[in-house]
Amino acid sequence: MWRHALLRLATALPTLLVLVTLTFFLMRLAPGGPFDRERQLPPQIEAALAAEYHLDEPLPQQYFRYLGGLLKGDLGPSFQYEGFGVSELIAKGLPVSLTIGALAMALALLLGVAAGITAALSHRRWPDYGVMSAALLGVSVPSYVVAPLLVLVFAIGLRWLPAGGWVDGRWSDLVLPVIALALPQVSAIARLLRGSLLEVLQQPYIRTARAKGLHPATVVLRHALKPALLPLVSYLGPATAGILTGSVVVEQVFDLPGIGRYFVQGALNRDYTLVLGVVAVYGAMIIFFNFLVDLAYGLLDPRVRKP
Amino acid sequence: MSPSRLLWQRFTAHRAAVVALGLLLLIVLALVVGPALSPHAVDSIDFDGEWATAPSLVNAHWFGTDSLGRDVFVRALSGGRISLAVALAATLVSLLIGVSYGAIAGYLGGAVDEWMMRAVDILYALPFLFLVILLMVLFGRHMVLVFVAIGAINWLDMARVVRGQVLSLKQREFVLAAHTQGMGDGAILARHVLPNLLGVVLVTVTLTIPQVILTESFLSFLGLGVQEPATSWGTLINEGAKEMQTTPWALLFPASLMALTLLCLNLIGDALRDALDPRDSP
Repeated sequence: MWRHALLRLATALPTLLVLVTLTFFLMRLAPGGPFDRERQLPPQIEAALAAEYHLDEPLPQQYFRYLGGLLKGDLGPSFQYEGFGVSELIAKGLPVSLTIGALAMALALLLGVAAGITAALSHRRWPDYGVMSAALLGVSVPSYVVAPLLVLVFAIGLRWLPAGGWVDGRWSDLVLPVIALALPQVSAIARLLRGSLLEVLQQPYIRTARAKGLHPATVVLRHALKPALLPLVSYLGPATAGILTGSVVVEQVFDLPGIGRYFVQGALNRDYTLVLGVVAVYGAMIIFFNFLVDLAYGLLDPRVRKP
Repeated sequence: MSPSRLLWQRFTAHRAAVVALGLLLLIVLALVVGPALSPHAVDSIDFDGEWATAPSLVNAHWFGTDSLGRDVFVRALSGGRISLAVALAATLVSLLIGVSYGAIAGYLGGAVDEWMMRAVDILYALPFLFLVILLMVLFGRHMVLVFVAIGAINWLDMARVVRGQVLSLKQREFVLAAHTQGMGDGAILARHVLPNLLGVVLVTVTLTIPQVILTESFLSFLGLGVQEPATSWGTLINEGAKEMQTTPWALLFPASLMALTLLCLNLIGDALRDALDPRDSP
């Protein structure tokens, strides 16, 4: 077990390093810089700015300086938000993004698993067709279509919920963004679980359980569900990635102060450090989550542990 | 019965998929000829009508006009053309990379295969979309870059599927026979292995196209994909979302057209996969 965990960790860390390195050099290769203005700055000021942000150093030196800071949890100063460190900005935005992301994930799992079980149990009858049609529609309608539609109906049409914005602790701000993020994942989870449940339900041991005269619900919940959940566990990695990328759009549509919004703005403003910071944080979360999923998989499925 | 006939028969057993196929052909037809049917052009402003007119049959603005007075019907269809064209080009890129990578890994096998597939595992964990967003932001939003970048991040599934298939194909007698006849590895791959991949590749392609359409429209929604004066579904949805209080139809029509297309593609892909996978036959 420990060997398995160490092996996984040994690939997770280099992956993160590759991601940060790629992002770092991509940003520097691109034309344009953070201090490009419409009015040309005097060369002395430009030189002083460059020196202040260590942009005058050779690229490798900047790279290692950045990595050194990263190890200490310091993501450098933001170019655009003067006087703010990227770590500060991210620390401020992260709780918002995490709250929405975690709620969306919880909602997606809850609804997705329920829908998947319903569909599998009524295989080739109308609840199955209903759930599967809805799920197919859900996979075909991404967050950035759902989000404006939700605003149109519930905020502008019915006026039940705010159309956007963020007041600390007001739950009504959360409802629409969470639904918009969760819906595509609900569909994906429902489709996945239905498929794996149907496969498990054909196994001989399920026939045995039925032959023993167990209640159909017991057969499904106690015997079939656990192995059927395995593919779902490995889907959690991609699902996290999907929700995090979706949050970039959803935060923009609903005007939420999370870190997804910083990403696009930062990139447009060539705020090198801010973009690097967001990529590093999101990348670390996705890679760490994949690592956890791998570990969980090893715990749940003994076949994986064998080298 | 020939394999392709059998496949067709099993595919047509899914009635919904057949309807989806017909609908998709209709949509493609509409995208091709639709804009020519309307008296309005993509970027022309109707100065006679009011800005933001609701859909009506009278002035030939069948889907209404947007807040700038441009015809939504023509824009939704020509946006669809670009979205589909980008999607096809990107899928072709992913097809080229994925099939050659997977075929080489599967055919060579052993340590090479091990390392190549481990690389794919690692790449799976990377949040690629962020890198594509960066690429778009940093290197301008050239159309070629859009589809090459999207294709370059969507080949992983293809590589895995193809590799699995090649692993089993290379054990078959006809490959052995080709070997004993003195055929080279490259020739065997091209002549005997690749043609047998057609089925799985076809399924993966049908399932890749919706993914790619989604990625393109995601980028365009953020203002990073297709640029004015050209337009795509993502761009239109973005514009529509901004003005949805005054012109909800400018959001609804492009969004439903895209959703319908994706729905059809997903239905067809699912049915094809079922038809090719004998385990789950009805």
